[in-house]
This record gives sequence, structure tokens and C-alpha cells, in this order.
Amino acid sequence: MRDQPQKLSELIRPRHHRAEIVFAVVSFMVALFLATQWSSQTTWLEGQRLGRQPGLWPLIAIIGMLAFGTGELIACILRNRRAGGGDAMAEVAHWLRAGEFLGWFLAYVFIVPWLGYLPSTMLFCTLLAFRLGYRGRMLALAPVMGALVVVLFKGLLSVRIPGGALYEFLPRALRNFFVLYL
Amino acid sequence: MDVFVAALDIITRWDVILALLIGSVGGVMIGAIPGVGPAVAIAILLPATFGMDPVVGLTLLLGIYGSSLYGGAIPAILVNTPGTAVNALTTYDGYPMTQAGQAPRALGLAFGASFVGGMFSVACLVLMAPVLAKVAPMFGSREIFLAALLGCVMVVVAHRGQALAAGALLFFGIFIHTIGMEANRYTMRFTFDQPWLTQGIDLIVVVLGLFAVSQAFVLLTGPEGGGKVPKLEGSVARSFLEVFRHKRVAAAGSASGTVMGIIPGVGEFVSQFLSYTYARSSSKTPEKFGKGAPEGLVASESANNSVPPAAMVPLLALGIPGEELTAMMLTVFYVHNVIPGPALFQNNMEFVIAIYLSLALLNILALIFLLGATRPLLGVLAIPNRFLGMVILTLSFVGIYSLRNSAIDCMVAGAFGVLGVMLKRLNLPTVPIILGIVLGGIMEEKFRTSLPRIRSLWNWIDRPVAQIIFALICLVVLLHLWALWREWKGRRHGSGQH
Repeated sequence: MRDQPQKLSELIRPRHHRAEIVFAVVSFMVALFLATQWSSQTTWLEGQRLGRQPGLWPLIAIIGMLAFGTGELIACILRNRRAGGGDAMAEVAHWLRAGEFLGWFLAYVFIVPWLGYLPSTMLFCTLLAFRLGYRGRMLALAPVMGALVVVLFKGLLSVRIPGGALYEFLPRALRNFFVLYL
Repeated sequence: MDVFVAALDIITRWDVILALLIGSVGGVMIGAIPGVGPAVAIAILLPATFGMDPVVGLTLLLGIYGSSLYGGAIPAILVNTPGTAVNALTTYDGYPMTQAGQAPRALGLAFGASFVGGMFSVACLVLMAPVLAKVAPMFGSREIFLAALLGCVMVVVAHRGQALAAGALLFFGIFIHTIGMEANRYTMRFTFDQPWLTQGIDLIVVVLGLFAVSQAFVLLTGPEGGGKVPKLEGSVARSFLEVFRHKRVAAAGSASGTVMGIIPGVGEFVSQFLSYTYARSSSKTPEKFGKGAPEGLVASESANNSVPPAAMVPLLALGIPGEELTAMMLTVFYVHNVIPGPALFQNNMEFVIAIYLSLALLNILALIFLLGATRPLLGVLAIPNRFLGMVILTLSFVGIYSLRNSAIDCMVAGAFGVLGVMLKRLNLPTVPIILGIVLGGIMEEKFRTSLPRIRSLWNWIDRPVAQIIFALICLVVLLHLWALWREWKGRRHGSGQH
């Protein structure tokens, strides 16, 4: 991560990265797609001034995205031609690596309603810590940390996370406790 | 005086004091962990405060917001890694001082400068409160619309060299706000016949995705880091008072931070840049800047810590946030049924004063904690980055899922998390998206409520306050275009000489 600027001016004007072109192209394409959908995804009310049309603000937003997106695209092409920094493909590969952890996160999201918050969190932390290469003390610490998060948020701060389907198999008294606090 | 006493009544409640204590101490600790930062912490804790009393929930998050920059100076000075992004400038002179064996002195100076900056800003706010109470009612729908528009313009031009990307992201934010059922005519906008899009995309989900989930992904895919706890020999408390030897620099930094904090869309980076540039240009030893100059450290820390209290002015007086943290604080206010804006100053002045007093109190609490506990606090620097990423991901789940128990919200946050990774890695700003969502909502609403009084374009600016804001918008745009023209001319001149 390049979070430490080398020059004072970079604090308010960060360096350009060649991979910005990928971002520019994608955002321009998204804006273009949204522009083609505007008439079908908003309603035009007959006899109303433009200012009162429900589609006015999406239209303003899309025009803005297109205008600035086009400018950004042209600026990126010029900057990349002039000099640019970094390897664009390596950067894109790094973004894709984040996709793996998105998968882990979504898997966690989907097992919570089945296993329940406490078991899912402990399992998620243990497996992810293992995947990250932790062994020994740090690996043992992972489920403990997960349990602490559950106790703090659900047990003490009473955030709304429903009990898991698995809790139905617990004895009645224990089941109520688990549903309410874990 | 009655208002002041009523405000004191609010903040002397035991639960409010406890929330302030937890918030300010927690904020310092969160700030000290590189890679977490106040935005992540507030985003995660926000849903947990839904069940609390409004004042308690607000002061807890306010404590984190106001005190995290104190903690952020610790890793910036000791290990050359800023705890929060805005502590980056602190590394310039803080770390060279550590290398020269002056770490306690650097920390003492940083804490002292932060304290001066924070208290200066709060004092300005308290003095300005009566003026704001008179000015705020002059803001009707048109003025608030124009002020939000000024915020949008500022957030674009403040990102020098990235104005086009910032503009595209700002309009993307405005677009996100428009998704779902529109509140006036109940028609659908960009829902693509998906029932889950009818309610729109929740701001908190976007915030959690862009700040918390993305930060977790950045840490999980980055190098391990952490693990080393630097040694600190000597007294930090003794160096704290040294800041008063640099009164001029501290005052200039605090003033710069206060002014820049009040202007929506500008924030800490510009205030620090101005403060640091002034300190260097007015110093007798400018060559020492960047190599361990105490004045440089004072300039940067006093400027950045005076921004959070000042940023509360447009938020409380007009309901307009200036950066991502105040945008989140706006959500906190809404969730707790406190509607910032002119009416708040008219009808609930004691609440406003209570917030100002809380800001002053949290500065005192953070300083006391730091002067006594900096050494044990260094332990947080030992947490490995990836482990921290895992913790943030686990905490992000609580924040997102507890909102509506929706797996779709988690998927949306995950998608914004990946977008956040792209933006962070490319050094592109995430703030315009958040401000676009919030300011877009304000502009659309105020635009609509202004329409019955609008017969011609002149009606938008036929009142003095509207005229002033409109003149400011024109001035900012013209100055930006002028700066671009000069830059282009300079580059052309340079390439011609070459």
C-alpha cells in the first residue's frame, strides 16, 4: 500500500498510477450503461416541469458521471502516455486477490443463519487465520477473538443478529440463552 | 447562561461521561493502530449505538471522532507509519526526531500541539455559537441547496490533480442516492425490477463497505507488518509544555485547521499543507523541515486536530457534512432523531453547547490518557496487519448484518469493499462518493421544496445569503480554472524550454 507520500505536495496531490486507466474505463462504461437505461428506469410524468420530474436527479447524476468520466479517461490516457507509474496488470491482479476474501466474507454471511453467530464467527476466524498462515498461538487466539466479538456485540451491546437454525436442537433453556446472547 | 447550565446538565450525566471516556480512550487506541482509523471504528460501532440513549450514542462516537488523531501520531512518530491517513505529515518531522533519539520529545510536542489545536477550535466554536444562532435561521431551502452545492464544488476542486476522478465519484454518489422508490411521487428509479433495490442503498452499508470492508481487504492482501514494539525511553509529559515555545506556529496551525474545517469538502490535508508551508516559510531554519523540525510537527498536529470540532459547524448549523466522518456523524444524528440544521440552533441550543463541551472534554481526557499511558499503548503496534484485517472483517459483519439482517446488504457492502480497495490502491478519494450520497439527498430535497418560490433563475439568488454562497461558488470555480490554466501554461513553458 502506498499510504506514505514521499513529497509534501503528494499529500494534497497523490501520484498517478497507470492502472487508473482501468478504473477510468470501467467507470465510463458504467455511466454509459446507466445513460442507456435512464428512460426505462425512471418515470416521465406528463404535464410536469423538468424540475418536478422524478428522473431529473438520476439524469443530473448520469450526465455528471459521463462528463467527468470522459475527462478522467482522456486525462488517464495522456498521463499514461507521458509517464505514469506502476505496473497496471500487477495492480489489477492485486484487486482480484481481494475477491478471494470477498468470497470468505460472503461464506461467513451465509453460514451465520444456519450455524448461529457464535459458532460461525469462531469457525470463520479459525479457518481464515489458518488460511493467512497463522499457526500456534495466533491460530489459537483467532477463535477466542471471534468469541469476544460475539459476546461484546450480541451479549453486551445487544445488536440484532438472529439465532442460528442449529440452536433449535439445543435444550430449551440453553436455546433461549443462545438465541438472545450468542 | 441558562443554556450553558442546561448543556452542563446533559454532559454531567454519568452515562454521558462514561460514553465520552470510553469514546476518547477508545478513539486514541483505534487511532494508534495503523490501518483502522476513526472512519472504520465509527462505521462498525454505529449500529451498536442504535439502542442507546441519543446523547450517549452521539458522545461515544464523537469521542472516537475527536480523539483518534491524537493516537494516530504515535505510530507516525515511532515507526514512520501514520495511524490515520491525516497523520501522514506527522511522519515528516516526527520520525526523524525518533531516529535522533528524541521520540518522547516528539510525542510530547505532537500531543501538546493536538491539544492546542483541538481546544482552540472548540473555543472558536463556543464564541461563534451566538453568531451562528443568528445566521442559521437566514438559511432557507434555497440557501441550504446552494451551500450543499458549494460543498460538492469544494470536494471536487480540493482534490488537486484528481478533480475529474473526484467529480465522477461525486456524481456516482449522487446516483446511488437516487436508486429506489422516490419519496415524492413514489415512482421507481433504477431498481431494475429488483425488490431489494426498492428501499434504495443504505448509506451505512456503503460507508461500511468503502471504509471497513475495503480496509480489511487491503490489510488481508497486503504485507504482514506489525509485530515490532518500539522502545520509548524518557518522559512524554515533560515535553508536552514545549509546544508553548512554538506559540506562533501552533496558533497559525489551529487557525488554519479551524477555517478549513468549517469549509465543507476541504478538511485536514489542505489545512495541514497551509499550516506546514507557513511554518516552513516563516522559520529561521527552514532547511530543518522534513528532517526533524519541532515546528513542523507542531504545524501539522495543531492543524489536523482543530479540524474535527470546526467541521461540526456546517453539520450542526446547516446539516451539511464536509467530509466522510461528518457524513457518518450526520447519519448518527438522524438515527438518534436529532435533525441538524438551522432549527437545531433555534430550538435546541443547549444540545449544541453540550456537543461543544463534549469536544473540549474529550480533548482533555485524551491528553490525560496519553500522558499517562503512551508506553503500554505501544502494544497495539504489535498486532500483525493480516490478523487485524481478519478482526475488521469480522466486525464489519456485525455492523452490516445488524442493520436489517440482510445478506444482500452484506453483498452490496462487499462490492463497495472491492471498489474501496481499487480506490485506496490508486490513491483515489472515497470521500466524494459518501458526500455525493448525502449532499445529493439534501440538494434534491431542498431543490424540490424551493421550486414553488422559483419563477425565474434570479429567484435562486434573490436573497443576500444566497447571493454570498453563489458568489463563493463562482469564485471557487474561477480560482480552480485559473490554477489549471497557470499549471498548463507552466507545463507548456517547461516543455518548450526543454
